[in-house]
Amino acid sequence: MTLAGGGLRLTAGFAAGLLFGVGLILSGMSDPAKVLSFLDLAGNWDPSLAFVMAGAAVVSFVGYRFSWRRTRPVLFDKFELPTARSIDRPLVVGAALFGIGWGIGGYCPGPAWSALGLGDPGTLVFMPALMLGFWAAGLMRPRG
Amino acid sequence: MIGLSAVLVMLFLGRIAGISGITWGAMTGPLSERGWRAAFLLGLLAAPLLVLALTGTAPEQTVPSSMPGMIVAGLLVGFGARLGSGCTSGHGVCGLARLSPRSLVAVLTFMATAILTVFVLRHLP
Repeated sequence: MTLAGGGLRLTAGFAAGLLFGVGLILSGMSDPAKVLSFLDLAGNWDPSLAFVMAGAAVVSFVGYRFSWRRTRPVLFDKFELPTARSIDRPLVVGAALFGIGWGIGGYCPGPAWSALGLGDPGTLVFMPALMLGFWAAGLMRPRG
Repeated sequence: MIGLSAVLVMLFLGRIAGISGITWGAMTGPLSERGWRAAFLLGLLAAPLLVLALTGTAPEQTVPSSMPGMIVAGLLVGFGARLGSGCTSGHGVCGLARLSPRSLVAVLTFMATAILTVFVLRHLP
């Protein structure tokens, strides 16, 4: 990797993160109150985030197929895609626990990062707990 | 914009824009993979500043005020995301875009438990 290549990767990473974060904030994903009312089917249900997520998946579906017409990504030698296929216990148990945490705090990792600078005490305690959770899961699943 | 960002990551870097993987990988992954991940996280952190510059107002949000609740939430989200190989972005956006059956199962599972959790916390006595 040349120095210039490394700088371009950093630039692409930063630009993508910035775009992702602005998207999260403008759509309301980084506001836990809005996320929780999206999850509250029995209350004052706010379905708008379903369109945000579906829209992002559709844009990605089209853009991925466009990207994969190339033999390699612009800044790396090859595409690195997940290869696991089996629907196993860690996948389902992990997703279930993730959902419970999401339903309690209204935060998933991306929105928490993009809201960190807003400095709410809830975000400031969520983040270290998130890291501890990541670390603890590694004890269960060494290759993760 | 979230979708466009995921496409940027695929087109230029050839990777999945899953925030859990990016977060953990920025600290523990191979060195050649850490740089762009750390830069991505810096971009996420800088996003409120750009929103402020564009709209003239700081983003508004209401975060649950229970500190024990937010700690438990963080632990579960972190633990579950790594055990389950992904979160809302990795499974919900990138995985569904790849038509991954694993991601579809993960999304249906975490949506169900999240909705159930909110129901229990808000509507049961």
